[in-house]
Amino acid sequence: MSISTVESAARDRVLRARRRRGVIGVLAALIVLMFAVSLMVGQTFYPPGDVARVILGQDVPGASFTVGRLRLPRAVLAVLAGLCFGLAGVTFQTLLRNPLASPDIIGISAGASAAATFAIVTLSLDDAGVAAFAVVAGLLVAVVVYVLSFKNGVSGTRLILIGIGIAAMLDSITSYILDQAAGWDLQEAMRWLTGSLNGAGWDNVVLVCVALLVIGPVLLSQSTPLSMIQLGDDTASALGVRVDLVRFVAVIGAVGLIAFATAATGPIAFVAFLSGPIAARIIGRNGNGSLLVPAALVGALLVLVADFCGQFAFGTRYPVGVVTGVLGAPYLVYLIIRTNRTGGSL
Amino acid sequence: MTATDAPPAPGAAVLRARKRGRLLWLFGLLVALVALMFLSITVGSRNVQWPDIVAALGGSAEGFDQAAVAKRIPRTLLAVVAGAALGVSGAVMQGVTRNPLADPGILGVNMGASLAVVTGIAYFGLTTAAGFAWVAIVGATITAVFVYVIGSLGRGGASPLKLALAGTATSAALTSFISAVVLPRNDIADDVRSWQIGGVGGGTFDSVTQVLPFLVVGMAVCLLSAYGLDLLALGDDLAAGLGARVALARGVASLGAVVLCGATTAVTGPIGFVGLVVPHVCRLLVGVGHRWLLPFSALAGAALLTAADVAGRIVARPGEVDVGIVTALIGAPFFIYIVRRQKVRSL
Repeated sequence: MSISTVESAARDRVLRARRRRGVIGVLAALIVLMFAVSLMVGQTFYPPGDVARVILGQDVPGASFTVGRLRLPRAVLAVLAGLCFGLAGVTFQTLLRNPLASPDIIGISAGASAAATFAIVTLSLDDAGVAAFAVVAGLLVAVVVYVLSFKNGVSGTRLILIGIGIAAMLDSITSYILDQAAGWDLQEAMRWLTGSLNGAGWDNVVLVCVALLVIGPVLLSQSTPLSMIQLGDDTASALGVRVDLVRFVAVIGAVGLIAFATAATGPIAFVAFLSGPIAARIIGRNGNGSLLVPAALVGALLVLVADFCGQFAFGTRYPVGVVTGVLGAPYLVYLIIRTNRTGGSL
Repeated sequence: MTATDAPPAPGAAVLRARKRGRLLWLFGLLVALVALMFLSITVGSRNVQWPDIVAALGGSAEGFDQAAVAKRIPRTLLAVVAGAALGVSGAVMQGVTRNPLADPGILGVNMGASLAVVTGIAYFGLTTAAGFAWVAIVGATITAVFVYVIGSLGRGGASPLKLALAGTATSAALTSFISAVVLPRNDIADDVRSWQIGGVGGGTFDSVTQVLPFLVVGMAVCLLSAYGLDLLALGDDLAAGLGARVALARGVASLGAVVLCGATTAVTGPIGFVGLVVPHVCRLLVGVGHRWLLPFSALAGAALLTAADVAGRIVARPGEVDVGIVTALIGAPFFIYIVRRQKVRSL
């Protein structure tokens, strides 16, 4: 290798790192902007000054209630849930080396939803209880899918298909529970099941926030080993990665994030699925380090924007999950087509 | 394949034995179906005495008990025709796509029919079963074409994984659209919700007779396609070499299957996995030839759906479990079993 190619490769790497930092910066700025917009805009408009004073704890007539009690927890929950879904989704996609292997396709979200529905409707538990149920069920489903797809090792294809089967079963259980619940408001149940921020209050915000603060750093600390696993298990172990340990930690962490976020907002369609691939598209395809942070940011931005559109862009107020579902569908189709063409990388 | 193709004496004996086996299975299935229909009329959340059942079968509906039985009769009929339609529809879809995982539910076709029906209810004020059937068939056709095109792009054609993923993803997207249509409409949410789970409990003589013509036409098209499906099973090239017009055969058979599952969905709501399980079981009983497979799938589908409906009424007494939930609980493990049995490469 001549000196000039080494130099150009190094320059290339610097450029790519710069682009990655730039993308992360832009995404973060967009999230802050969107966050501010969703605090200010609504039935009544409050200027930035009022919003800032409410956040600082001063009493502003009108704004204190609308912004402090309604819009702020909602926007915070949108960001937190989006971060959770994005991070967890991309973790699964990286681990299984397939963009379609996101938690909402392979049954993890379905498990968390079924358990949360059971906890809410049948047991009438509070937020913490619902979250606990969702986490346990999510982990259980992850284990069951993994065990069932084990046959001379785990193949990604088999795991995805088995996950689809498990998800179908869990969904039917969810509809049964809902069907039995006479006192439960049907509209509200459907809203929750499509993913909604209507119930956002500080209680759920705290739960999701704690989950993110505990699990997020753990997952991020595994980002380098995770990108090595993406090269293949053998390569990764040759590079000194303890593949099984990393995989175990990553799955537990990702399931935890999904479950806590799902318990708070319901399964918001496609966010976990789309964040990773979108982040990969923005950053560029030649592997610019880990996708974890960009994907989490994309998730947060998606949920914020979709919730804002759902509230104000149409005649009726739609829950955020309907918007992500409907807007996400064409991208999803595009993604499937592209994945089929390229044979399955992010 | 006919007897003359086989080596003379032993082959003919084997074929005769197989034919006898098939006829035995046919007889067994028929007996099972009649027994299940009988169960479906006699068993339910309300305990009804024999005299009342007999009276209700005679057309009388005096008192709660006889009225309950009178409601079970159209319900049983609906379970039988819907099960037969879904079974055949699944068998044809598996034949057309040469894909062991094809099923109206997994490919998203049921959801397409559902979205069409829900849209029809919400925006066009549809109320009759025949009206539902028309829009459901249109919705099902569009979805089927869409999923097949997406699933067969790229390397390797329509592999089971690609089709299943395309179907699942399309289903998820369609579900969001259904929510978008239903959520603003408090007035229809209740009806749509109970319909959407998939059940035969709401079956009336009127709804059954209204979709029956669609089912008869669909069934006839499917049964007439049996020979073409046998040729398609040999692979497109060989089928063309044997004189089949591959695209035409595939299109006609698919249309029959889509009409069957669309019309069924219009009355019962989306019921998954019947079309997946039934053909696999029937192949074990009668082999892969479609001329036997399709009628058997019809019978077995009818028996399965009736059994699932009865089971749903027995387990949750005094309530009921909708048949769509029962079939998912039975069918999903079966789906997993098929996935585990297949070699990874062929997935």
